Amino acid sequence: MNDMANSPTTAVSNPPVQPTEAYFNAGDIVRISATRNVPQPDRQLEKLAKLIDVSKCIGCKACQSACVEWNDTHPEIEENVGVYENPHDLTPNMFTLMRFAEWENPATNDLEWLIRKDGCMHCEDPGCLKACPAPGAIVQYSNGIVDFVKDNCIGCGYCVTGCPFDIPRISQVDHKSYKCTLCSDRVAVGQGPACAKACPTQAIVFGTKADMQAHAETRIEDLKSRGYENAGLYDPAGVGGTHVMYVLHHADKPGIYNELPENPRISPIVEGWKGVTKTAGLAVIGLAAVGATLHGLFSRGNEVEEHDTEAAKTLVVEGRDPDEDPHKGGPA
Amino acid sequence: MAHRPYYSERGDRIESRAPVEVSRYRGFTRANHWVTAFCLIALALSGLALFDPALYFLTALFGGGQITRWIHPIIGVVLFVSFALMFIQLWRLNMPKPEDTTWVTKIGDVVKGNEDNLPELGKYNAGQKFVFWGMTGLIVVLIVSGVLIWQQVVGHLVSVPVRRVAVLVHALAAVAIILVFIMHVYAAIWTRGTLRAMTRGTVTGGWAWRHHRKWLREIASRDTKGPAE
Repeated sequence: MNDMANSPTTAVSNPPVQPTEAYFNAGDIVRISATRNVPQPDRQLEKLAKLIDVSKCIGCKACQSACVEWNDTHPEIEENVGVYENPHDLTPNMFTLMRFAEWENPATNDLEWLIRKDGCMHCEDPGCLKACPAPGAIVQYSNGIVDFVKDNCIGCGYCVTGCPFDIPRISQVDHKSYKCTLCSDRVAVGQGPACAKACPTQAIVFGTKADMQAHAETRIEDLKSRGYENAGLYDPAGVGGTHVMYVLHHADKPGIYNELPENPRISPIVEGWKGVTKTAGLAVIGLAAVGATLHGLFSRGNEVEEHDTEAAKTLVVEGRDPDEDPHKGGPA
Repeated sequence: MAHRPYYSERGDRIESRAPVEVSRYRGFTRANHWVTAFCLIALALSGLALFDPALYFLTALFGGGQITRWIHPIIGVVLFVSFALMFIQLWRLNMPKPEDTTWVTKIGDVVKGNEDNLPELGKYNAGQKFVFWGMTGLIVVLIVSGVLIWQQVVGHLVSVPVRRVAVLVHALAAVAIILVFIMHVYAAIWTRGTLRAMTRGTVTGGWAWRHHRKWLREIASRDTKGPAE
């Protein structure tokens, strides 16, 4: 029998020579899209996180290459249009993308090249999962990984609508939604994500969320000592924290890193759509349908009466206005 | 050439005299109506399936989630075209008339069936006009918001904030149109003798006299002026 893998604490270690069993599985799922009352697992896995230190990134795109290789995706070859982003955006075949921003720091007049590795943030409160209408198409494990289950995905794009970070992309080939899996398949056997493994400067590191927060602290301290007084950790509370976090040298202005949202949260419109609109809407429809059926069954209905038929005959056959008929006593 | 009829369509006519029957809708309009009705029901079922997980099982009617997602907007386009054709035929007699105000203020008599207290009406009463214009407005809202969230066609061209508004508007309009639909079906059944207008195409003279007297009077007057049978 194979050994059981341990929850990974780093991305740098090499895998064992012996095959290992996954240390978590479907039994560790805590949330399932479009499913109420998910049975909660008996155990709580150690919370994991990927930490991306923007200040250490050199923009080499090794993470993108590693992602493509591990996930066996085939992003289209595009035209060079004079920007560093390649491909132009996240796609169903490119789960992570280096986004480049040139920012003039008003305090120092320096031009700063801000490179942010974009991709799924693995929110503790995932907007995609909340918006998804297909049972089991999106799941969240107790270690924080949010994963798309391709077989259950119907390609409606509601996850795109729900995501506060504009991450999922729907394939026009198989009409399924794709995004970073946090390499759940690697993590399950004790390995870190491919991007973190490949990063030559260890700008991307991986481990328990607590370790990553502690590591971020030392990085922030270092950055502050170098004059980046607003350096900080991006772990936004509005989505319950994320399992992909950034160390930013200008944490007070996340927007300068290619529109990283300042206070991401599930949009109130999405909450309203999936909340009160759904509940109240269905209640009103149900009441109307039941009310109409019952009333239809038990009320007499508006029947045509004998004198209506007679009147029509008088009008049509005899060509007289029935209202002028003295026997009816109607108005003259 | 007579001037355009005010309370009826040119094609509305006395179909038979014993018993009196009046042609209300010809074959094309009826087929048009049933295509629209079928589409609306299919859209409601497939839409509700994707609206609440508790109703996701309805996707089985269409062959699964993927097919439901694919076919819903296509049926939507068919309904839009079908309704547009119907709109062209029906809008004129659905324009508001002074007697509609009186009818609405006497809604209590409408519900109690005290037709004697109500004004004489043309081809449609204010309730039918409400259904017509409600359907018209909601279908426009639904097609516009629906196209904006049509993933397979518009894909990622529509920005996420716009999609969010569109998906909410689409849901609200869908709830509203289902309510209008329930009202339409209920009224057609409660007002006995109405359904045959959309099946056989004719109504009885008594029905026409009771509910749409001005309509019947106009048709009858046209009928007597015509050549003798």
